[in-house]
Amino acid sequence: MHGLTFDIAHLLAGGLVLVSFMMLYQDRLFALINVFALHAVVLALSVAWQAYIQDAHHLYVTAAIALVFKAIVIPVGLHRIIQRLGIHRDIETAVGIGPTMLAGIGLVTLSMVLMLRVTPEADPLAREDLAFALSIILLGLLVMVTRRNAVSQVVGFMSLENGLVLAATGAKGMPLVVEISVAFSILIAFIVIGVFLFRIRERFDSVDIGALDDYRGERR
Amino acid sequence: MTAFSFDAVAAILLIPVGAAALLAAFPNYRVTARLNVAASFLTLLAALSLLVTDRPQPGQYLLVDDLNIVFIVLNTFVGFTTSVFSASYIAHELETGRLTVSNLRFYHAMFQIMMFGMNLAFVSNNIGLMWVAVELATLTTVLMVGLYRTHEALEAAWKYFILGSVGIALALFGTILVYMAAQPVVGEGTNAMVWTVLIVHAARFDPALLNVAFVFLLLGYGTKVGLAPLHAWLPDAHAEGPTPISAVLSGLLLNVALYAVLRFKLLLAASPDAIAPGPLMITMGLTSLIFAAFMLYRRRDIKRLFAYSSIEHMGIIVFAFGMGGPLANFAGLLHMVMHSLTKSAIFFAVGHISQVKGTQKIADISGLTETHPGLGWALVMGVVAIAGLPPLGIFMSEFLVVSSTFARQPLLAIPLVFGLLLAFGALLLRLTGVAFGEPRGSTAPAEASYVPMYSHLALVFAAGIYLPPPLVTWFQHVARILG
Repeated sequence: MHGLTFDIAHLLAGGLVLVSFMMLYQDRLFALINVFALHAVVLALSVAWQAYIQDAHHLYVTAAIALVFKAIVIPVGLHRIIQRLGIHRDIETAVGIGPTMLAGIGLVTLSMVLMLRVTPEADPLAREDLAFALSIILLGLLVMVTRRNAVSQVVGFMSLENGLVLAATGAKGMPLVVEISVAFSILIAFIVIGVFLFRIRERFDSVDIGALDDYRGERR
Repeated sequence: MTAFSFDAVAAILLIPVGAAALLAAFPNYRVTARLNVAASFLTLLAALSLLVTDRPQPGQYLLVDDLNIVFIVLNTFVGFTTSVFSASYIAHELETGRLTVSNLRFYHAMFQIMMFGMNLAFVSNNIGLMWVAVELATLTTVLMVGLYRTHEALEAAWKYFILGSVGIALALFGTILVYMAAQPVVGEGTNAMVWTVLIVHAARFDPALLNVAFVFLLLGYGTKVGLAPLHAWLPDAHAEGPTPISAVLSGLLLNVALYAVLRFKLLLAASPDAIAPGPLMITMGLTSLIFAAFMLYRRRDIKRLFAYSSIEHMGIIVFAFGMGGPLANFAGLLHMVMHSLTKSAIFFAVGHISQVKGTQKIADISGLTETHPGLGWALVMGVVAIAGLPPLGIFMSEFLVVSSTFARQPLLAIPLVFGLLLAFGALLLRLTGVAFGEPRGSTAPAEASYVPMYSHLALVFAAGIYLPPPLVTWFQHVARILG
């Protein structure tokens, strides 16, 4: 197991964490989406590599979904939406970039410490995949928390979901992985882009979630 | 005999799916509203038949056992009464133009798909399938919460969607960790996700991994249960969606997530070296109870008020299951059933009330027992029940929770009783104004369907006075399973 195959898997999963970090400091929507497309490409490579070393052919389907859907279709669609809405200005981050990066480092440390400690007996590849996956999930959450814009929250959610796919493919022989990735893709495609963004724009002429905040039903 | 009973499981899944397809196809809303009721009734009958027939052998995907059958029967029953309420509710919404006929096709189809998702979550024997089913049920409710397309409804749906997705993502990570823990023992493949296989081998799973998995599952599914501090979606989603959806959210969907938490709690309990899940659940339960009890005082929207009351009661239920032991589990189970029945009855009443009065603001609703005695007294009964006054069913279950806590952990009983009294005060305070004050607002007669709410209240009332012995033995048996 150790040797080249392990190193490549490690490299790809680590690369995914790195791209997650890149997402944290993007302050323009287009740049954020491009980084997300890169995230999806790295994920696709990582999943394909897992499919190869585990000899699990159904994982190629997951890799293909990641490549076609998340790296091409969704980013192109989001570009269109942003252009049509005319919001390719800066995205205001709720927290500054410095603290966000520090928080990101803290989260990655946390997940490494946690996952490596609780899985001493697991297969080393799956173990590292899980640790990386948890880092990506937490970084995705961080993106969602620090952004106020609906599009960037969706991007954060999608990167979080990439982490889940990584974890699921790393767990050897896990059933339903393909089904879960298909379900997630459908969820993203239909719900987020189709329904919400369209209607949020229709009603508010803005995809800034802050604009939604003015009604709380209680306070005013 | 077995063949028939297998059909019953298939029926509670296939009837909603078939009905959803039909309902999406028919344009006439009068027909579809009735069809919705009929389909829900058939599903209820199928669920009831599970009680009397032999159960099928658990397969790789589906399972019927003593635990989930309680949830299934409750789910299909409230689903059926809600569909009856919904028929009269939407007729009014169409008249006032808040909904259009095409909205309704979507709404009815989604209602049945949601029922399918919830039933599937209950009968699934596979933790992956259960996750998919919970996700499906959540998504359909997100769509229905946003149905009115108003500013507030969209905000509520968006918040629900984002928080729900995060919760569901954490739950999936927990599910993957459980698989990782099971895989060295059970072997690769589907078997390592099958519930009945997992529980047999749980003692040999890696306890550390199982601990981490449970934390993720508790946080993930706990978001769905509406446990503080992950509850932020719940009041908005209840207040802004159509009221039948508020009723099923409170009465049913919270139970689905709770059921998932309970299943994994059992798994953890079967592993001797893993942490005890109890203290975590007790902490989250108590936090939710006390937080929600304080929040009840500041509510100005009637549906939001009862949404916070749902958080409070889910807190009590999670607390009771966290305490564990036959008595506390029995109390938790009973409380869950009583809460589902009472809260959905309250939402039925509130739905008609806000339609008649044209507002959900508590300040604008007053003197209901004079202007609309049918609705007003239903609300009074419901609130008296939910506040935990004798002789209704919730009094009994709360009493059991409190007394079992006193017997085992007297210190924990103090915050519990404090929270209960706090919530009690808030609810009665609001009730007096709404039900007995100077009549205000429209006095037009209501075209309400009284049967669903009064049948629920009658059941709660009956349970408070007399629990039939077969029911008690059944619940005691389930409580013992829950450990």
